[in-house]
Amino acid sequence: MTQPGAPVSESRNSLTGAPSVPLIELNGLTVRFGDRDILRGLTASLRGRAIGLLGPNGAGKSTLINTLLGFYKPVGGSAKVFGQDIGTNLRNIRSLVGYMPENDAFISKMNAVSFVRMMGELSGLPSRVALERAHEALFYVGLAEARYRQLGTYSLGMKQLAKLAQAIVHGPKLLILDEPTNGLDPSARQRMVRMVREIRDSREMRIVLCSHLLRDVEDTCDEVLILKQGQIAHYSDLDEERRSNKRFVELEIYGANGDFTAAIEKLGCECAVAANRMKMVLADGIETRDIFRIAAEQQVRIRRLNFRRDTLEDIFLKAMES
Amino acid sequence: MAVYRRNYRPYSGAQTAEWSRFLVLFRYSRRNLFRSKIQTGFFVLCFFYPIACLVMIYLAHSASFLAKLGVPSQLISIDNMFFFRYMSVQGVLAFLMTAFAGPGLISPDLANGALPLYFCRPFSRAEYVLGKSSVLGILLSQITWIPGLVLFTIQGSFAGASWTWNNLWIAGSLVVASLIWIAILSLLAMALSAWVKWRIVAGALLLAVMFFGAGFAQAINAVMHTDSGHFVDVAYLMAAVWIGLFKVDAENSITAFPALIALLVYCSFCLWLLMRKVRAYEVIR
Repeated sequence: MTQPGAPVSESRNSLTGAPSVPLIELNGLTVRFGDRDILRGLTASLRGRAIGLLGPNGAGKSTLINTLLGFYKPVGGSAKVFGQDIGTNLRNIRSLVGYMPENDAFISKMNAVSFVRMMGELSGLPSRVALERAHEALFYVGLAEARYRQLGTYSLGMKQLAKLAQAIVHGPKLLILDEPTNGLDPSARQRMVRMVREIRDSREMRIVLCSHLLRDVEDTCDEVLILKQGQIAHYSDLDEERRSNKRFVELEIYGANGDFTAAIEKLGCECAVAANRMKMVLADGIETRDIFRIAAEQQVRIRRLNFRRDTLEDIFLKAMES
Repeated sequence: MAVYRRNYRPYSGAQTAEWSRFLVLFRYSRRNLFRSKIQTGFFVLCFFYPIACLVMIYLAHSASFLAKLGVPSQLISIDNMFFFRYMSVQGVLAFLMTAFAGPGLISPDLANGALPLYFCRPFSRAEYVLGKSSVLGILLSQITWIPGLVLFTIQGSFAGASWTWNNLWIAGSLVVASLIWIAILSLLAMALSAWVKWRIVAGALLLAVMFFGAGFAQAINAVMHTDSGHFVDVAYLMAAVWIGLFKVDAENSITAFPALIALLVYCSFCLWLLMRKVRAYEVIR
């Protein structure tokens, strides 16, 4: 028996507070199949607790994940996970990772307990610990009642849950989920998203979620990398985006004249008025109650005030158009 | 067992040694294999001939008992030919065992897409192949060279130290002949099952390689008036190696060394095919 090596404790430190080492660092990463470039010189530094990989089909999301796991060899550039190079420290990286693949992946003649236990043992858990944690993982994902059934008899949703159980059984530091809600009905999808959020909020694990379903990513991730044709189309820190959206306000106003606009601009806010709609970016230190105060002074009626927010769909569509 | 825990908890306890992880695969695969009653029954059947050999060794050293039966004591001689016959019978049984058990080792993993789950862990393709082949390796060892060595030891204990010393090479031949046969059978079975990804078809293909290989070899020899056709017949090649190893006087158009080289080429090809197919994801170029 050996104690988990130094890289584990190093990565554990990085989980507390602001991580000093990026979770994933890409430096000109290029992957080629035959004469087709699948990933073209990706460069990024991702530090979020939950990172979403978005993109249309064939954008290279799964290829990026598979490259990080060492399934594909890059022809150019490099990539690091928890600061460890995928070319030289693949085994260490794999010991820190739990992976839930997109496609069906199971052993049909095994029951869920044996399957998850075996996967735990292959990750280095002692046999008894693996058995205990297999039961726990299956309870956790909601397969407690069905854990002694053969995997071949499971429904698609149950197979997804079994795949999640095998991915977390060994207590990884990074959970990679490739299309986790694929083929799930709405309630099963909600459960899966809730579970991913719970795992993220537990702060025990970082998450990389690859999906083409914007809502799944929006519900679970705080950073998004949008890929298009093997290149990075857009990077977005959703938390930052949400915070900055608080400064972008849309008003529906009646009875306004130029004085109202001038008074707002005097506060240092940028304004744009069209008919009875006004868009503004609030200056630092200016709150909405200041707007209401000026409106009251100018006898302007504010019928509606919205914080204009770019949804992930807006961000995605802009990235696709660019 | 803390199955009542519903929250995720991290793990920071001890881990098993990395070198020992292939044994996990061995343990689970072997357990799966022996779930089949037919498999267990056939495994037991494989010990009938070694038990018959044991009886023959006993009888060969019981002159008075043979005299009572009216059997001349020279009829049963325990020599290289005896162990060659033993090897031939157990070799056939080992082949049948491989045809039954081998294809089921890898093809279900490939058919159900389980390989990414193995290889996303600190577990390499070489360890995977080692873990799976060790199932067949140990299973076939149990029915070939291990009982063979037991028989040799018992014969040695009856015949005395001088017989044992003079015939020690037979024990070596038993082990080497078995290991070559086990290697070729294991690699062939796993490579075929990795290639077709379908257990039943892989089993049928293995039988075809052996039986049609012999027919194909005869056809080549007849058409081209040559003996080189035997190089496509794995069983013939193996027999040639065994004849050489056990120093048996038997007709064979290929000598042991070229046959051994040919078998090594087959093993290398199977290994190459195996490593090509056993991947997390197949790259379509």
